[in-house]
Amino acid sequence: MIKRIINPGLSRKEKMAFEGYVKANMKRAYYSAFGILGSHDAAMELSQDAFIKAYRNFKAFDNTKNFFTWYYTILRNLCLNYFRDSKAKNEITFEDQIEIKDNVNPVQDLEQNEMTEKLWQAIRQLEFDDREIIILKEFENFSYQEISETLNVPVGTVMSRLYYARKKLAKKLEVFK
Amino acid sequence: MNERFIYLIEKCFDNELNVDEKTEFDSLLQNKDLKNEFEEQKRVKEVLGKMKLKNPTVEVWDKYWLGVYNKIERSLAWIAVALGFTILIIYGSIEAVEKFFADTQTPGIIKFAISALVIGGLVLLFSVLREKFFTHTRDKYKEVQR
Repeated sequence: MIKRIINPGLSRKEKMAFEGYVKANMKRAYYSAFGILGSHDAAMELSQDAFIKAYRNFKAFDNTKNFFTWYYTILRNLCLNYFRDSKAKNEITFEDQIEIKDNVNPVQDLEQNEMTEKLWQAIRQLEFDDREIIILKEFENFSYQEISETLNVPVGTVMSRLYYARKKLAKKLEVFK
Repeated sequence: MNERFIYLIEKCFDNELNVDEKTEFDSLLQNKDLKNEFEEQKRVKEVLGKMKLKNPTVEVWDKYWLGVYNKIERSLAWIAVALGFTILIIYGSIEAVEKFFADTQTPGIIKFAISALVIGGLVLLFSVLREKFFTHTRDKYKEVQR
């Protein structure tokens, strides 16, 4: 085990490839963690920790597959552990973390801010699985196929989960009206 | 909800309905309940479509890889420190035990008492560590608040 941690047996070429993967996927990694965890610091910490775990297990990565899909399973487990531990300590805090895509009209700002606040309140009240699928599809623009591979569930299940997650979100938004 | 209807809604959102599916979907939407379901999904989708996650500053991205690299480097350093420390502790313990039993000045009863103290301490330590790292990870009811 120690040998694996000290020297995962990566060649120089593999180390450079890994660096390339981190740089190419860091934003997506961070945003996925950010959306699910709701905290900049936690997202930064966990997305980096997941890369470290990925580095230690990089030999097991099949480079014909999508790196992010493989990486995301590691990140997801870290996020679930974080939630389990934080829940036990009542430490989950969500920051305001969504904004309007384009500043269309300054007059509408107040109304728009109110809408983003309501939406974020509703999202953060969703269960982990529902929030995760909404983040992956609606904010990260994953395809159904990508979500299916990432979460290791059939495409039909992805569609169904997404539908019910949106439905729960609609219900929560009604409450905030 | 009908799985087929959900499938068609999702394909509709992605603009991937073929002609047959479009016809099927339109006929399903004749049903008022299904139409309402679709409208609700569409509204949520539209609201979500207007939002994006906040973008951290450029410096955050510049430092990201460095952060990962530093963490890998530090974990290696910690392992080296722990390894060195463990070897020194083991070596020191063996030396101390050898000297302790070679010492003819110390009465047998004291040697026995110190041995019992050390062995007891080690068993306690082992027991606590086993509970913390072994039993805890296999506890099916750890999520249950007691």
